[in-house]
Amino acid sequence: MGVMIAAIRPGHWDLPLFLHVAGAMLLVGALVVVVATMAAAMRNGEGVEVLTRLAFRTLLIGVLPAYVLMRVGAEWILSEEGVPDDLSWIGIGYGVADGGLLLAIIATVLAWRVARRGAARPGGAGRAVFVLAALLVLAYGVAIWAMATKPA
Amino acid sequence: MSLYDWLLFLHLIAAFLLVAGLVAYAVVVYGGGEAVVSRALVPAASALWNAGGLGVIVFGVWLALEVDGYELWDAWIIAAIVLWFVGSGAGGQLGAAMRQGTPVRAIDASRRLVAVMALATLLLLLDMIFKPWA
Repeated sequence: MGVMIAAIRPGHWDLPLFLHVAGAMLLVGALVVVVATMAAAMRNGEGVEVLTRLAFRTLLIGVLPAYVLMRVGAEWILSEEGVPDDLSWIGIGYGVADGGLLLAIIATVLAWRVARRGAARPGGAGRAVFVLAALLVLAYGVAIWAMATKPA
Repeated sequence: MSLYDWLLFLHLIAAFLLVAGLVAYAVVVYGGGEAVVSRALVPAASALWNAGGLGVIVFGVWLALEVDGYELWDAWIIAAIVLWFVGSGAGGQLGAAMRQGTPVRAIDASRRLVAVMALATLLLLLDMIFKPWA
């Protein structure tokens, strides 16, 4: 049996929802680039300087602006409709977003240090950037699940 | 979780994979095309774009069949399918050239292909959210 549209929403949500989803997609995409570049830097030991600089720039001009777009869109939707923020799926979203911002800032600072050092190997800080970015991708996967399924 | 929840979740995850592949391709093509960057990102970009594209169309069509209020011949769904073919065509050309090991700078119109992929993906997202003519 088919289901009736469960995603009916007021039309004035469309623009903030677009900003929220576009920001989240760019955020995850930029994080995936960071994961792939740092993984290559650790694996090959080739072009480490180029790859760590790319990871730093991606965090700075990709991840952080996309985060702002995602978060502004989310707050805009909430302000439009006054959705109670004690719902568990909203709590998951806030938790991932707030914790994720902290981890993204730490990763950006670490990537800046690795890129500035210009060493032949990414070292512990480079590995930490990789782990933080990978953790963020997983966390945003959980947030996507919560946003899509809206558990009670 | 209902079937609708699963389909929407998988459709969304696929869309995120698609955009991640697009971002990785864009970094390779617009970032100067250094060989070390291509080697690091092209395999991931290709896998994400292809898996995401397949998931988006499969779970999107399944959703359209599952939800009573949607029909495959709705104008916004037809528009989405057309945009998917446009983006996939451009992505297929770019991915094939890159998998052959052609340097990014040597691929004719690589920037134009990524621009087409990005525009098609942006219009797809707008179409999914605003659902024109629905």
